[in-house]
Amino acid sequence: MGKGKTVKHLIDKEWCKGCGICIHFCPKNVLDFDQYGKAEAIRPEDCIACKLCELRCPDLAIQIIEDQEGENEKQE
Amino acid sequence: MTTQAFNFKDYIRPRFFPHIWCPGCGHGIVLGSLLRAVHELGLDKNEIVMTSGIGCSSRISGYVDFHSLHTIHGRALSFATGVKLSQPNLKAIVPMGDGDALAIGGNHFIHAARRNIDITAIVMNNRIYGMTGGQFSPLSGSGKKATTAPYTTIDRDFDVAELAKSAGATFVARSTVYHANECKDLIKKGITHKGFSVVEILTQCPTYYGRKNKEGDAIQMMEGYKTNTAKIGSKKLEKNPDLIQRGIFVKNTDVPEYCEAYDKIIKTAMKGKA
Repeated sequence: MGKGKTVKHLIDKEWCKGCGICIHFCPKNVLDFDQYGKAEAIRPEDCIACKLCELRCPDLAIQIIEDQEGENEKQE
Repeated sequence: MTTQAFNFKDYIRPRFFPHIWCPGCGHGIVLGSLLRAVHELGLDKNEIVMTSGIGCSSRISGYVDFHSLHTIHGRALSFATGVKLSQPNLKAIVPMGDGDALAIGGNHFIHAARRNIDITAIVMNNRIYGMTGGQFSPLSGSGKKATTAPYTTIDRDFDVAELAKSAGATFVARSTVYHANECKDLIKKGITHKGFSVVEILTQCPTYYGRKNKEGDAIQMMEGYKTNTAKIGSKKLEKNPDLIQRGIFVKNTDVPEYCEAYDKIIKTAMKGKA
């Protein structure tokens, strides 16, 4: 993860059908199944916010939210 | 282009979610790419009309928060033609399955292409009829198993890109759900192109096609799209010309668009009376 950056994984467990596409294609192995067979971010600190999971999630269940700490409103 | 961050919840009807598609079905990825394309083009939701026929893929029109028509099997392009002629300012997008587009709606498909009417047809090719239980479609190809072909099919398949090209479509492209970003770019180009655009997207049906043909689950089928396809003009394709080609096959802006040509005829017929 970049310096001072935090990445939030919003996963809608109601919408997720547990196909595992996001888990397989994550380059940093951030995601895994939870006890109910749904996707969960188990290593969120490793996330590089490439958003491949969000892009390929067939259930539109994942949203990646990037926050730059302490530098609000800097990006245009 | 818009500078606002993309949030798909701005473009869908969330009350219909979770959607009906099976776990791992590629149609959801096509939906995601389509919403991103619409967002990046900065289109207003009221500028878009989506008409669809019948089938798993055609359910897309119910999930998007645009003007939408869920019509009869194979006739989505005919309805879109009607809408487009009466409201030429709308962007018409037609999501279709392989059977919907080329078996039941095969005639409508070639004639919409011949007319070059400004419609974007997204052919979601999963090579099977998923909704009705896994019957083989005109895109299954020979030697494949399906519910109606337990000893493998003997029918040859269509090449959607070649068919669209020879029928006169002025924009023809192909991608896969593994290449979701490329998919989005091609849909964007298809929507902005003035004339009939065909974007074929290979998508997996793990429930019927994958299981019957031992192609594994959704993940393995997506990995297959990665290895079995190559971009037009790439080194990979040069080395192995048998791979499925991805990219833009045709982009022709010289042919008159149907609605514009029709407007001219109206003007000639009225001779300045209107």
